[in-house]
Amino acid sequence: MTVESTAARTPRRASSGGGKRASASAKKAASAKQGAAQGRDAAQGGEPELVQLLTPEGERVENSEYDRYVADITPEDLRALYRDMVIARRFDAEAVTLQRQGELGLWPSLLGQEAAQVGSGRATRADDYVFPTYREHGVAWCKGVDPTLLLGMFRGVNNGGWDPNTNGFQLYTIVIGSQTLHATGYAMGMAKDGADGAVVAYFGDGATSQGDVAEAFTFAAVYNAPVVFFCQNNQWAISEPTEKQSRVPLYQRAQGYGFPGVRVDGNDVLACLAVTKWALERARGGAGPALIEAFTYRMGAHTTSDDPTRYRRDEERAAWEAKDPILRLRAYLTAEGHADEGFFAELEAESETLGKRVRDVVRNMPDPEPMSIFDNIYADGHALVDEERAQFAAYQASFADAPVNAATGGEVK
Amino acid sequence: MAVKKLPIAKAINESLRRALDTDPKVLVMGEDVGKLGGVFRVTDGLQKDFGEDRVIDTPLAESGIVGTAIGLALRGYRPVVEIQFDGFVFPAYDQIVTQLAKMHARALGKIKVPVVIRIPYGGGIGAVEHHSESPESLFAHVAGLKVVSPSNSSDAYWMLQQAIQSDDPVIYFEPKRRYWDKGEVNTDAIPDPLHKARTAREGTDATLVAYGPMVKTCLEAAAAAAEEGKSLEVVDLRTISPIDFDAVQASVEKTGRLIVVHEAPTFFGSGAEIAARITERCFYHLEAPVLRVGGFHAPYPPARVEEDYLPGLDRVLDAVDRSLAY
Ligand SMILES: Cc1ncc(C[n+]2csc(CCOP(=O)(O)OP(=O)(O)O)c2C)c(N)n1
Ligand SMILES: [Mg+2]
Repeated sequence: MTVESTAARTPRRASSGGGKRASASAKKAASAKQGAAQGRDAAQGGEPELVQLLTPEGERVENSEYDRYVADITPEDLRALYRDMVIARRFDAEAVTLQRQGELGLWPSLLGQEAAQVGSGRATRADDYVFPTYREHGVAWCKGVDPTLLLGMFRGVNNGGWDPNTNGFQLYTIVIGSQTLHATGYAMGMAKDGADGAVVAYFGDGATSQGDVAEAFTFAAVYNAPVVFFCQNNQWAISEPTEKQSRVPLYQRAQGYGFPGVRVDGNDVLACLAVTKWALERARGGAGPALIEAFTYRMGAHTTSDDPTRYRRDEERAAWEAKDPILRLRAYLTAEGHADEGFFAELEAESETLGKRVRDVVRNMPDPEPMSIFDNIYADGHALVDEERAQFAAYQASFADAPVNAATGGEVK
Repeated sequence: MAVKKLPIAKAINESLRRALDTDPKVLVMGEDVGKLGGVFRVTDGLQKDFGEDRVIDTPLAESGIVGTAIGLALRGYRPVVEIQFDGFVFPAYDQIVTQLAKMHARALGKIKVPVVIRIPYGGGIGAVEHHSESPESLFAHVAGLKVVSPSNSSDAYWMLQQAIQSDDPVIYFEPKRRYWDKGEVNTDAIPDPLHKARTAREGTDATLVAYGPMVKTCLEAAAAAAEEGKSLEVVDLRTISPIDFDAVQASVEKTGRLIVVHEAPTFFGSGAEIAARITERCFYHLEAPVLRVGGFHAPYPPARVEEDYLPGLDRVLDAVDRSLAY
């Protein structure tokens, strides 16, 4: 199938989409109007409508649009979602500690974003492909990536460290926004192949300002690519609040490109699961891209190098504390009798074990060999690389005879 | 006379402050330059004192930052934009190369685009990828741009003043791993011209040419070599486009040997340009081929192996030995 014919599928789908699509776009139009009328300050009351299935207190609320995507969810599934979030948080805390201890150079914490990541991550199937930023540790977990693999680049022993194809989880991308285009292209390829999978592109609120993201929206729309744009609006791009990036709620950006946008409670794992399932199903069905804005909060610093006291107030964080994604599911599980103390205790022990494994693996991660600088630069080799590799090997070997340089006592570090 | 001892980062901060203070057309723009004061605190306190209209937290979009800075410059402003890290300038590369560099020429000299682009660059800070690169050649290769890089606090202060006053676009590369190195700044001095090199240490046996972060490394190498009885001259280039070839030539005519040191890969690097020109100018004075010490033709490696990639004292001295052996 050619790219042109991918685009040409649009009309066929429009007729086959059914009531779901109609109601989705009706909702979109309604909330767009609401958002425009109510202005940009989402922190105020009367903010744009947000899909929520579990209140911060852990009460299940009905949603005629999205309930169907979690209708068959079992108590076991709910416990599994809870487990994922607890494990993700525990892993993340361990990494923060390892950074403090000097075992990692840097760590971008996901604290507060567990529901957005686990809900969306668990909505994916094995044949769906994920394009993450640098903060999607919880999504990596859901895709089955060994968490210790995520730590190599933050320890400084590699620049990526896993095979993206093993779990359909691309390498972390540090250059903001770039991966949204790759995700779109990958989705275009899937459509051309007639594959049944879809793609999820993760990015932040700050990233929405990048030209690459705008171009990804354009391409995805024009080629009707099966890609879900999953924006975690954690309210901050380092020190800049979302108001510095946009005058409209981010999900409304989609409308101008011609695909639906939805804002979901990013601290509600059920809602994130349901909305992402909706978006993936319609993408797989040929209905093209969708934008999901998961409204959440970066509870920690931007990274371990950051000092948020310089630009935001403690009260803001405290307000979000009450919306904690893990506590809310725990309240629901407990109230419904879906989980008992034994479950929580077992999970505690399991996270403890994971924490220990992470510590052990990281502390024993060897530094790369100096000669590895020349590895894997080209798939087909390169004469200059060969020459420099040989020169560097000879240079290194020159120290073997005289281990300490007479003049300097060794390389200055 | 005001002489202060300042770290390089603080010298840049004071220089920006002075520019904002003395010229109402000067603007500071970039990601996180406001309340946070930039990730390296180079713009610390500026927004508080000069307001959000002049010290502007921009959306997260480098092409937007440089593109709008061009528009502001066309309207008579003098924007000083910050790119957060070397590896993040590339979304703006199109604006810099296709627009900023060429506009003056295309308008037959009728318009000026005095934009300064500050870029913290270079490695040695143990960072993740895209935070340690040295892309200066990619800009020096483009006619219409000027490219400079200070190595010490005084130059950091004065060269930024001069870059802001320049009517040409200037890419101002800041040696981020030296941000906290202190040096004296005389804020009343009459500075050297922007595009002149400086002899950082006199010597007679060989010349080391460097700029930015590598000047310190070369000075250390020269000190170590002195203990072995070798006298090395260190020329701090300061400016990469244009290059003060006269200064390099004068030194090479004295020493007969030249080693160029930079963190950037040597392949198509500034050292290659210097080697070619100096060979043309000093053919009969050279006792050895011009040598280069720099990065490899490899992506900047992970932090735990970066010391092997970066030119250090030993690699500089190794090149000195090879040069002297001719
Ligand atoms: C092109 C580019 N510019 C700047 C940066 C530096 N930077 C790293 S993270 C970040 C903020 C990102 O904010 P957001 O997209 O909201 O994601 P979050 O970190 O909040 O998850 C910035 C400016 C970068 N990595 N890439
Ligand atoms: Mg953010």
